[in-house]
Amino acid sequence: MIGAEFLGMIMLIVYVGAVAVLFLFVVMMLNVAQQKNQWFASQESSSHIPVGLIISTIIFFELIIVIGGWKYKPDLFDLNNSVNNFSVSNTHSLGQVLYTDYIHVFQLSGMILLVAMIGAIVLTFRKRTGVKTQSYVKQISRERSEGVQVLDVETNKGVKIDD
Amino acid sequence: MTEIGLGHYLTLGAVIFSIGIIGIFLNRKNIIVILMSIELILLAVNINLVAFSIFLGDLTGQVFTLFILTVAAAEAAIGLAIIVVYYRNSGTIRVEEIDKLKG
Repeated sequence: MIGAEFLGMIMLIVYVGAVAVLFLFVVMMLNVAQQKNQWFASQESSSHIPVGLIISTIIFFELIIVIGGWKYKPDLFDLNNSVNNFSVSNTHSLGQVLYTDYIHVFQLSGMILLVAMIGAIVLTFRKRTGVKTQSYVKQISRERSEGVQVLDVETNKGVKIDD
Repeated sequence: MTEIGLGHYLTLGAVIFSIGIIGIFLNRKNIIVILMSIELILLAVNINLVAFSIFLGDLTGQVFTLFILTVAAAEAAIGLAIIVVYYRNSGTIRVEEIDKLKG
């Protein structure tokens, strides 16, 4: 926690609570555990393993060289120490920026989430056939004459209900 | 015991980014693992943005980290929904068998 408490907590909640559970449910649903020994590359497709390793090592060392060769301004680390002296918390200041300067981007991200939700539901929705479901329209529009029948029962005769 | 500086955070971001790249290249079997690798790459970008935002004293990086988080969550939901639909239609999600669009 270098002063970004809000993002740390949000990242924990989003990744553990949403993304990991989503992946877990999809792995459960798709039943890919049967192809367990085929998850990782087998013999016939092992030609791109060295290519991938080489490319990722090159990228990794490029990034390390860039980071290592970086010349920091000397007052950069004074700024780091002054972070803790602010009177408002990280969450407070983030909210002050997010809801004023970035309000349009914020609403746009809300629209993205809404579209993603609708898209996921539309993609995975399917109408089941042969399933008994409750028809609430039929239930509500039921009249008294359909449900109740008044009979004149004779003594010692009884009444036949179901026919 | 040295103090944790900007370089350490950037190195962590580089390590996670490289793990994501390795995951995409090494794993040609399971498309779910490829989606997880994309999530790792986005996480590395987020770490870089937060580190620079803190050390430069500018809050913009954290704001954009929030938006990247939003887009990553939406992308995971849509991608997994597409995988579920594809599995329902064709019965497999192995990468080399997904060749319906190949001419």
